[in-house]
Amino acid sequence: MSVRRLAAEQPESFAFTPATMEQVRWWMAKYPPERKQSAAIPVMWLVQKQEGWVSEPAIRAIAELLDMPVIRVLEVATFYTMFQLAPVGKHHLQVCGTTPCMLRGAEELKAVCKKRIGEKHAVSADGMFSWEEVECMGACVNAPMVAIDDYYHEDLSPAALEALMDALARGEKITSGSAIGRMTSAPDGGPTVLTDPSLYDGSLGQKITLPNLPEKA
Amino acid sequence: MLADKDRIFLNLYGRQGADLESAKKRGAWNGTKDMLDAGRDWIIQQLKDSGLRGRGGAGFPTGLKWSFMPKEVKDRPHYLVVNADESEPGTCKDRDIMRHDPHLLIEGCLVASFAMQAHACYIYIRGEYVAEREALERAIAEAYAAKLIGKNNVHGWDFDCYVHHGGGAYICGEETALLESLEGKKGQPRLKPPFPANVGLYGCPTTVNNVESIAVAPTIIRRGAKWFAGIGRANNTGTKVFCISGHVNKPCNVEEAMSIPLKQLIEEHCGGVRGGWGNLKAVIPGGSSVRMIPAHEAETVLMDFDSLSALKSGLGTAAVIVMDQSTDLIRAIARIAYFYKHESCGQCTPCREGTGWMWRVLERMAKGEAEHSEIDLLLDVASQVEGHTICALGDAAAWPIQGLIRHFRGEIEQRIDRYRAAKGFHVVRTPAVAAE
Ligand SMILES: Cc1cc2nc3c(=O)[nH]c(=O)nc-3n(C[C@H](O)[C@H](O)[C@H](O)COP(=O)(O)O)c2cc1C
Ligand code: SF4
Ligand code: FES
Repeated sequence: MSVRRLAAEQPESFAFTPATMEQVRWWMAKYPPERKQSAAIPVMWLVQKQEGWVSEPAIRAIAELLDMPVIRVLEVATFYTMFQLAPVGKHHLQVCGTTPCMLRGAEELKAVCKKRIGEKHAVSADGMFSWEEVECMGACVNAPMVAIDDYYHEDLSPAALEALMDALARGEKITSGSAIGRMTSAPDGGPTVLTDPSLYDGSLGQKITLPNLPEKA
Repeated sequence: MLADKDRIFLNLYGRQGADLESAKKRGAWNGTKDMLDAGRDWIIQQLKDSGLRGRGGAGFPTGLKWSFMPKEVKDRPHYLVVNADESEPGTCKDRDIMRHDPHLLIEGCLVASFAMQAHACYIYIRGEYVAEREALERAIAEAYAAKLIGKNNVHGWDFDCYVHHGGGAYICGEETALLESLEGKKGQPRLKPPFPANVGLYGCPTTVNNVESIAVAPTIIRRGAKWFAGIGRANNTGTKVFCISGHVNKPCNVEEAMSIPLKQLIEEHCGGVRGGWGNLKAVIPGGSSVRMIPAHEAETVLMDFDSLSALKSGLGTAAVIVMDQSTDLIRAIARIAYFYKHESCGQCTPCREGTGWMWRVLERMAKGEAEHSEIDLLLDVASQVEGHTICALGDAAAWPIQGLIRHFRGEIEQRIDRYRAAKGFHVVRTPAVAAE
């Protein structure tokens, strides 16, 4: 269990922007009308997208919107570690530290973050960066990896991570994916399977008769 | 090596388009209406005949699981919930299915939902998979637009498919925690019984299946149960997406035949172990929750449920974590212990307290700052956590530690001795005690 608490300093108020509200409505329509509470995590996520983090007034606003007791929303905010309970930098880095990433150099990536940003959860002096160590992000064959502002950067070296941070510091956009130019989860150098062209010529899309069909009554 | 024509995920690496038209060219949505027309019992029988076992870790037969749903829909609707939480360290296969072959999953959701008389399905995807969620939403929108799903669709079974996401909690992969989370609560597992087939989402009959289990179903029916059952070995049939990470030359995901020898998997698809096969130290063959096997066992083991459980390990999610001779195994397992401590939901005392305790002891052992007698104490505590908790996270936390001590006890003892020697302690050698 990780013990998480709300930040000591909190804003006065919170309001959904119209753009956020539109997405909130879209999410709420996915659940039966009497099960509004189901939208709690997606709505909190949208709040975090809007504000950068989840504040106490925001928690109250979500409770009101979803007809939930405040304590239930508070539980969601503290249970799920993707929710930031204090402000983060303009760019937030989630460095995966679990064993498959550790085996391929996650410690060195953490050292880069420490050097350039500071301790975990600290925000850099210029407000540009913050970082935290997270558990397996489900991209282990492309280890080590870091998620920057939601998108995955994989097959990283310390130098590649620094280059990404430099680009962000200059205000540039960065592209997610493998830092060594690998095709997603295929082996480095390109796929050695799925090379048979007949799989992709459309022949598999021709009408078929299913095997083992029951006798028509 | 499995022939390309026998692979199910023809776009595993995203080399082709993930869009509907490209997916149809690769065979998705082909004959789907005929499947539904053949009836629920027929579909379930095909799945049973194929021998498909759940791909989410526990390996429960999929056809049998579907047959547990109530035969008739009474006052409560039925639901299918797809487990796309994918958080078991080492595992990253469902991700590829969702971002590159999402139509196979959506088609599978329709077929499975029809077979279980569900008109709605929720796909619960881990919150961190933002790009994957966007890809899935795009594909679902396409399927609605093409009237493949939705009200009055071309298949004649009204069906809604929704994506839901989590907030970064491994425990939400456990099926009842997942349901709690989907209801907007903290993800704490429920006591079973009642089982989800009776009381699941919103108190309604629900089946939870892994992404891969659902996504392979339509292709199995298209190519025939016999085809699927003919790959692998009895009781361990079909193809499987393996994720190989760690100290191999070319880590990757690959769909292979079940029961492929581990050595062949690593040599053929991953460019071998870093520094050669002789440099191998140990392998965690099924995601962080299973016990590791040492190099000599890795030499001959087959990658399937039965071979790995015979070695007291398991196929789990088929996430193979390879560790070469340079690996500090105690630290590798200490980091896994930290993971379980971090992810325990906290509602059972043995798990909440035990995971933290085991992690702290392992951290000390990694430095050598421990007593020899603590090795047995650690084993004892692990066995007291195992089997004494609400969900299997407790077991999952115990097994990696048991695996370490079973095969590498000597390494822990040496570390302790070295630490003491360096500190100038008088070294007392305790007699070796059998690991189990
Ligand atoms: C702690 C824990 C985490 C789990 N995580 C996942 C997961 O991320 N994905 C998954 O499919 N199954 C996971 N499972 C297994 C599920 O509880 C469930 O058995 C599975 O989704 C059933 O699908 P299947 O029959 O298709 O394998 C987890 C189980 C436990 C105990
Ligand atoms: S075993 Fe651990 S994770 Fe599972 S219910 Fe108990 S405390 Fe929660
Ligand atoms: S361990 Fe880092 S992504 Fe899985």
